[in-house]
This record gives sequence, structure tokens and C-alpha cells, in this order.
Amino acid sequence: MAMTEQRVSYTLDSSLETIDNAEEKATIIATELGFPEDEVMQISMAVREGAVNAVLHGNAYAEDKKVMLTFERIGDDLIITIRDQGTGMDLNKIPNPLAPENLLKTSGRGIFLMRSFMDVVEIRPSKTGTELKLIKHVRGPSAGAKEASQ
Amino acid sequence: MTMKVSSRQVDGVTIVDCSGRITLGEGSVILRDTVRDILAKGNKKIVLNLQNVNYIDSSGIGELVSAFTTTKNQGGELKLLNLTKKVNDLLQITKLYTVFDVKDDEAAAVKSFK
Repeated sequence: MAMTEQRVSYTLDSSLETIDNAEEKATIIATELGFPEDEVMQISMAVREGAVNAVLHGNAYAEDKKVMLTFERIGDDLIITIRDQGTGMDLNKIPNPLAPENLLKTSGRGIFLMRSFMDVVEIRPSKTGTELKLIKHVRGPSAGAKEASQ
Repeated sequence: MTMKVSSRQVDGVTIVDCSGRITLGEGSVILRDTVRDILAKGNKKIVLNLQNVNYIDSSGIGELVSAFTTTKNQGGELKLLNLTKKVNDLLQITKLYTVFDVKDDEAAAVKSFK
């Protein structure tokens, strides 16, 4: 596993298989980094939602467009970046799925779930694609020991 | 694990035993088609037994909402039974726990229909 090098990248097709693939890689890497089981599930689900957005809304399943997925361990952070090659998005149009008028909508919960599960979610849209950055702080025994010694 | 469903009748209520993952793609489509078929047969009292559903994503949540509203729009009722902790937590986070009628006992779920 290339995470021993602290950074690993993948270039993936715009397909349903990519979504499952991204989720699986996130599960493996988060587990290897020592995240507890519930946080592994949160990370893998956030990555899945990010991959869904990249494949469906960003690249719109276009065969000539790719999804770039990167996992990095920097200090006590796991940083996951997902880039698509779509035409960007309007951040002002992200709905609040908890608003009463949106509760019964059948979509629009992906970014909300990412924000619920990760410590940091950054979305940078541009005309040549959207970059999503997901950060989860490692709170395992080593991180705790480090904080306690400070 | 892909999504699997099987339906059975209990006192006029259709209980759909679901297992696996309700996610974008096959899982969501299977659930949609199953509910559509049940309604097409005139059965409007539906319970989705999610005891063996170990994973659901935002598309799967959307499909549950769609099943709920489709059934309601046709004059029926759809309830959820035996949520796993993961699915329960997701419905709490998304405030959908307040929308769905969630049961943890099959007999009580069947009796609860008008």
C-alpha cells in the first residue's frame, strides 16, 4: 500500500465502478491508518458521496473525463482530494436538506453527509472541474499521546 | 454485497425483507422496482424490513423517500422496520426519522396500519 509513502493517487473512469472502487480504497486506507470502525465508515461514505458527485454531476458519466482521487497523510490529518473534469458547480445552489421544504426531496444530501462525517470539507469549483477536499483528523492513541505531551 | 429483496403477505400487509446495500445503481433500482410492482398489484400497505441492510448512501436514502412519497401519493402507507444502527443514525442525521414511521417489531408494524 502506497500510503506508507504518505500519498497515493488514482485516475479513475467516470463509471459506477469508480464509486465503489473509491469507497473501497477509502475503507482500506482509513483502516490502515488506525481510525476506529465508526470513523472508517464515515470516511468511506464521505468519499463515496464525493465520487458520486464527481462521476454523476461533474463528469456526467463522460467516457473521456476522469476522476482523480488522492489520499494523503499529513501530520495528524488524512486529506482526501477528489477532482472531476466537469464544468463546475454553483455553491450558492447547494440546498439545505434539513429545511422542511427539502426533507422529502430524493436528492441533495451528499454534501450534507460529507460535512457531517468529515472535519473539513472544501469545494473549489471551476469551469474545468470541481476539486473536493475532505479532511479527517486522526484521533488514535498516537495522536492523543502527542496532544497530552504538549 | 448487492441488494436482495423478497416479499411476503402478513394480514394484508406486504412486508419486503431487504438485505445488502441500498446504494446508487442496482440497489436503488431494485428497491424502486419492488415498491412499484407492489403498488401496481393494488397492495398499499407496505413495510420495508431493513434488518439486514448494512449500508445505505444518499441515493439509497433518496430511494427510501421516493418509495414513501410514491406510496403515499397512491393512497397507501409505507413504514420502516428493524433499522440497523447505521441506517438509524443516517435517518437521524438527515431528520428523516421524523418523516418515516419506524417500527422495531413486525407484529406491531402490521397492526399499526389503519
